[in-house]
Amino acid sequence: MVCSREYELIIIGAGPAGLSCALEAARLRIKTLVLDENFRPGGQLFCQTHKFFGSKEHKASIRGFDIAKMLLSEIRKTGYVEVILGATVYGINDGLEVFFAKVDSKLKRLKAKDLILATGAMERSIFFKGWTLPGVMTAGAVQNMMNVDRVLPGKDVLVIGSGNVGLIVAYQLLQAGAEVEAVIEALPKVKGYSVHAAKIRRMGVPIITSYTIKEAVGNNCVSKAIISPVKDSNGRDRELSICCDLICIATGLKPSDELCWQLGLKFRYDAAKGGFIPYHDGNMQTSIEDVYVAGDVSGVEEASTAMEEGRLAAISIGKKRGYLEKEEADRMIADALKNLEDLRL
Amino acid sequence: MRITEHPVLGPIGKRKRLKIFVNGTAIEAYEGETIASAISASGIKTFRVTRRKREPRGIYCYRGRCTDCIMQVDGRPNVRTCITEVKDGMVIYSLDMDSEDGM
Repeated sequence: MVCSREYELIIIGAGPAGLSCALEAARLRIKTLVLDENFRPGGQLFCQTHKFFGSKEHKASIRGFDIAKMLLSEIRKTGYVEVILGATVYGINDGLEVFFAKVDSKLKRLKAKDLILATGAMERSIFFKGWTLPGVMTAGAVQNMMNVDRVLPGKDVLVIGSGNVGLIVAYQLLQAGAEVEAVIEALPKVKGYSVHAAKIRRMGVPIITSYTIKEAVGNNCVSKAIISPVKDSNGRDRELSICCDLICIATGLKPSDELCWQLGLKFRYDAAKGGFIPYHDGNMQTSIEDVYVAGDVSGVEEASTAMEEGRLAAISIGKKRGYLEKEEADRMIADALKNLEDLRL
Repeated sequence: MRITEHPVLGPIGKRKRLKIFVNGTAIEAYEGETIASAISASGIKTFRVTRRKREPRGIYCYRGRCTDCIMQVDGRPNVRTCITEVKDGMVIYSLDMDSEDGM
């Protein structure tokens, strides 16, 4: 094993939180390394073809993939950030040594003075008969295949879940040329923004509430779905059969928290942010000094909050290590917290 | 199926074409995409078959978490094809053979 080199800051995850954190750290002249197990940086930004909401400071009305390109080019200009892609982190020890490997190389170890976990989120699965059949996929899978790799994984689609992700993926499927048979929702009403729901309804996609999926049917891949009303739906008891070759699961996200658990961070429960999330204070510092979290791993929200949290974590570290004057740091932290508050309204 | 035209992303653009071999059949791939993407675009949905129950598995999460899409790539077993970049001439096999180690 290669002996341990030290970095001022190691960021795990090159999505919106990690990249925005790296950019702020570079501005403060903190020598930073970013690791990501994907071979492309940007995380989920590259599959976001819609324009962002919010104010101008939060890059509103710019599309996700353009934000990713902007962040990457700004980071490259600074010369303070090294990015290693295709690198899976397998563990971190108490001395903040990060163990990682690329698929065709040996395990390497690098020491971090400060560590930021920006590992994002993963989709929450729901389980039903036939859910392992090819053709059942998460919304994130469908989005990345369509919008990044330009492959349409199905022609007739049933979307499960009417949160914003479900509604947006339905719209994006239509844009990509697929038929969306329906969006179904177990709750009695649509969960996501009505502006997104109206958009797909106008294009003829029914949103069926109080229904859930009972079974995915098919020999070697999905050929139809059987959906069933949930118990308390008013008098509706009819199971419906929907012909489709793709069932797209959009039932929420949870933090990708494997490394947090492995490090022994303290957790707390917050149902609205994806369940168990690593405890962190207002500076994004966790229960272990010198370990910070940012983005969806610290509680599932949006890319815009993730970017702000990444910035905040970098500023906190800059303050702690003396890269920033205290007054200047406090002003920047207050500014970032104010932005987060605005975004969460 | 490839999405050649897109109202937001525009036309698919010129990309370098590659050739890979999946279970002995040559399929077309594009530089910069994942192995799973190329395989899916060629119409293949089953990436492997489970050893004991012989159930088909394909792409599920596409972000390296579920491992449903693992295959043998250039002799290396259990490669997550959804987060691995495709390279020209790759030789890929499904992990569905009858031997004990699933290779």
